[in-house]
Amino acid sequence: MSGLEVRGLSVALFTRAGVLPALSGVSLRVPPGRTLALVGESGCGKSMTALAIMRLLPEPPARIVAGQVMLDGVDLAALPERRMLAVRGKAVSMIFQDPMSSLNPVATVGEQIVEVLRRHEGLGGRAARQRAVELLELVGIPDAAARLDEYPHRLSGGMCQRVMIAIAIACRPALLVADEPTTALDVTVQAQILELLQRLQAETGMALLLITHDLGVVAEMADEVAVMYAGRIVEQGPVDAVFDAPLHPYTRGLIGATPSGGTAGRHARLADIPGSVPGLAELPAGCAFAPRCPLAFGACGAQPALLAQAPGHVVACFAAEGVPADAAAAGA
Amino acid sequence: MLRLLRRRLLQGVPLILGVIVMNFLLIQAAPGSFLDVMSAESQVSDPALLEQLRITYGMDQPVWLQLLKYIWSVARLDFGFSYRQNMAVLDVIMASLPATLVLMLASLAIALLLGVAAGVVAAVKVNTVWDNLLSFLAVLFFAAPSFWLGIMLTVLFAVKLGWVPVGGMMSITATNEGTLATVLDVLHHLALPAMALGLFYAAVYARVMRATMLEVLSLDFIRTARAKGLGRWRVVLAHGLRNALLPIVTLFGLQFGTVLGGSIVVETVFSWPGLGSLMLDSVSSRNYPVVLGVLVFSSIVVILVNIAVDLAYLRLDPRIRAR
Amino acid sequence: MAGGTPGLFRRFARNRAALLGLVILLVVVGLALAAPTLYPRNPLRIVGPAELWPLQDPRFPLGTDSIGRNIAAIIAHGARATLLIGIFASLTATLIGVTIGAAAGWFGGWVDELLMRLTEMFQVVPGLVFVLTIVSILGGTVENITIAVGVVSWTGIARLTRAEFLTLRDREFVQACRAMGMPDWRIVLAEVLPNALPPVIVLSSLAVASAILFESAVSFLGLGDPQVASWGRLVGEGRTLIRSSWYISAVPGVAIMLMVLALNLIGDGLNDALNPKLRNR
Repeated sequence: MSGLEVRGLSVALFTRAGVLPALSGVSLRVPPGRTLALVGESGCGKSMTALAIMRLLPEPPARIVAGQVMLDGVDLAALPERRMLAVRGKAVSMIFQDPMSSLNPVATVGEQIVEVLRRHEGLGGRAARQRAVELLELVGIPDAAARLDEYPHRLSGGMCQRVMIAIAIACRPALLVADEPTTALDVTVQAQILELLQRLQAETGMALLLITHDLGVVAEMADEVAVMYAGRIVEQGPVDAVFDAPLHPYTRGLIGATPSGGTAGRHARLADIPGSVPGLAELPAGCAFAPRCPLAFGACGAQPALLAQAPGHVVACFAAEGVPADAAAAGA
Repeated sequence: MLRLLRRRLLQGVPLILGVIVMNFLLIQAAPGSFLDVMSAESQVSDPALLEQLRITYGMDQPVWLQLLKYIWSVARLDFGFSYRQNMAVLDVIMASLPATLVLMLASLAIALLLGVAAGVVAAVKVNTVWDNLLSFLAVLFFAAPSFWLGIMLTVLFAVKLGWVPVGGMMSITATNEGTLATVLDVLHHLALPAMALGLFYAAVYARVMRATMLEVLSLDFIRTARAKGLGRWRVVLAHGLRNALLPIVTLFGLQFGTVLGGSIVVETVFSWPGLGSLMLDSVSSRNYPVVLGVLVFSSIVVILVNIAVDLAYLRLDPRIRAR
Repeated sequence: MAGGTPGLFRRFARNRAALLGLVILLVVVGLALAAPTLYPRNPLRIVGPAELWPLQDPRFPLGTDSIGRNIAAIIAHGARATLLIGIFASLTATLIGVTIGAAAGWFGGWVDELLMRLTEMFQVVPGLVFVLTIVSILGGTVENITIAVGVVSWTGIARLTRAEFLTLRDREFVQACRAMGMPDWRIVLAEVLPNALPPVIVLSSLAVASAILFESAVSFLGLGDPQVASWGRLVGEGRTLIRSSWYISAVPGVAIMLMVLALNLIGDGLNDALNPKLRNR
């Protein structure tokens, strides 16, 4: 199949304190032209997943220990670094949370765009410059030709993120990984950037892996949503299904869902859940959420498997197993 | 850019004035008359000539007038007259300057190349054997006195191995050969003194470079560069180095004065005929006009170099340029 | 200094290199203290054959110099001069630097402007050129060298002290002291200065190292006090004999290098222990 398919991806941190499981058996699918949102509290492994897909993990201490990252039939996780270099920035691109610091402060916008064109498309000189102007126009930067010689500090945060997007889509990637692309931006600018991403996705048909903790963004952008907790996916499904009938108690906590499963949570930020995410070194045996879970019972001492409760809607929770969605929601 | 140049030059004026005043105070602080020592050194015993000197140096006038006169003469680049060489002090200095500049530039080139390279490698291979080895060498050369290093290099490369001459700037025999031969001859003589002086600064640059590079490599835009599919060294050199070089440039300006001081010592080790040898000779013979001349002159050079460094910084860091 | 708080020493000792530096420093201090006992007679008198290589004669473990003086005795007595000049030059620099930096940072305004111009002035004068000028005009006594080196070494300390004072000046506890009607000089001495000192101490310890390098250079050039045993002077005297007896220059040079190395390592260790935030200075 084409698009991105992550199968059983596990990443471990090899520290002096021992080997810590940063990601455990993460599986995702993002078909071309579709958007998958990855949500969860900070430290849950969202960014780690993105970096693992890009093979940009901080090594050491992090390392992929199991799993596959299939992109258009190629397993990126198994590619030697030399061949991965040809994939990064071409077939897979990434944009980051803080656009201002993500651009090199002492290089012009033009240089930074041209660099990726030269690397992957072999474009140089006038042709590269011309293409860079087109890209800036494509991402909605006015007066693009003049902006080419500007330095990043002269641009606003939103403009910088547009430049980042221009760099990312320069080689028409099959997959764009966006790690909290609007978190550092003003609200009005956020909407513009999201709109831009949607437009570019529609034009190029790229798969979009969107990492965010803003459920409003998820509702706006995503087709599917995957909820992560302590390095595992605990629930995944179509956005409407997950939002209307969250099955995992953690997801419900995130959404702050009412028993009727209304849409109140859609535009809210992550709701407060009592307790905090356990550190990787002190993960409990079994379900990592159990210590904070209102529904925890004896079985939670074992690790629940991700099981389908409805077509395309999977959850890893003993309390939710076999329980119809409505009943599970009512139990909260 | 021009505005900054003008502002910095204007800021330099009070600095130079300050140095001149300090110089003047040093002359006043000298035990006994500075003329007495000078005349004794240059064997001036004729009372008429002594009186002449007294008037030339304005010793018969009130102190503040002497100061004004002194400032005025330095402003015209008149640092006085050296009886030892029977030349104006400025001419004496100018005659020695090229040799010192050659030595300093060679040393700084060695320091920059070795230091930056070592710092980059240590940062990229952080906490490996390479890092440890390079950091150890840097600590070592940072502590070695340049004159001693010079002697040890001489023992090894000139005395034992015989690869290079023990001292001097040119072979006595090589006078009438072509330009290229002369240049090669000078380079041959230059190798050891430039190393002796340069290795200390290489150590300084390596330490700073390693620390800065480590910091830069942890910044977000490095991740962006990697996400573009650039290879590790391309990321380090094209994105990391360009940012990490900025503190080195500042350091270069700040340390220019100490390099000048260092060249004094190294020049005497290798009988290099530059400002250092001149300074030592003048200090030993109490040739005050030259000593003070070198002091003022070198201060002015340091000020000018720092202005040049500021301008270079302006070109290198667009964030400063905006202001 | 390091004994002030046990936590401080533990943090310092975690840095192995700094600990090594401390050991070397203690050895040199011990040598300096023991010198009068080990070699009670004048170290500069002739005691044996000239140019005797090290390890040849148990009486002269480090050999003899060009005229038959005991190198080990010169090294031991030289340690005293080196340490004293280094420490007092650094104290001089610290005193000048802290005073000027504190005044500039505390008063601000034109005082700051004036003092900073003064600091810049001393920054542009090449240190060694200045020291040699003083030595040439006033003579190469130990006192003159010490003061001259102190006078060229204070600028960094002044800048740092000023920066510390600028940030501390507006802190709540200083404002509170002001509100209580405490006089300025008491606030500065009792409240601000103790808080500003930790990073300054690091620079002061590094200043000892650079002062030792200055002193050794002056002595090497033969401009120091010929009556005082000095490492730098011995390097200079051995220079003429590098073809036959290069050890005469090598031995005291190693001593200087170890000493400076030790002080730098200690400075780095203090830096880590005192101000974790303040790196790369």
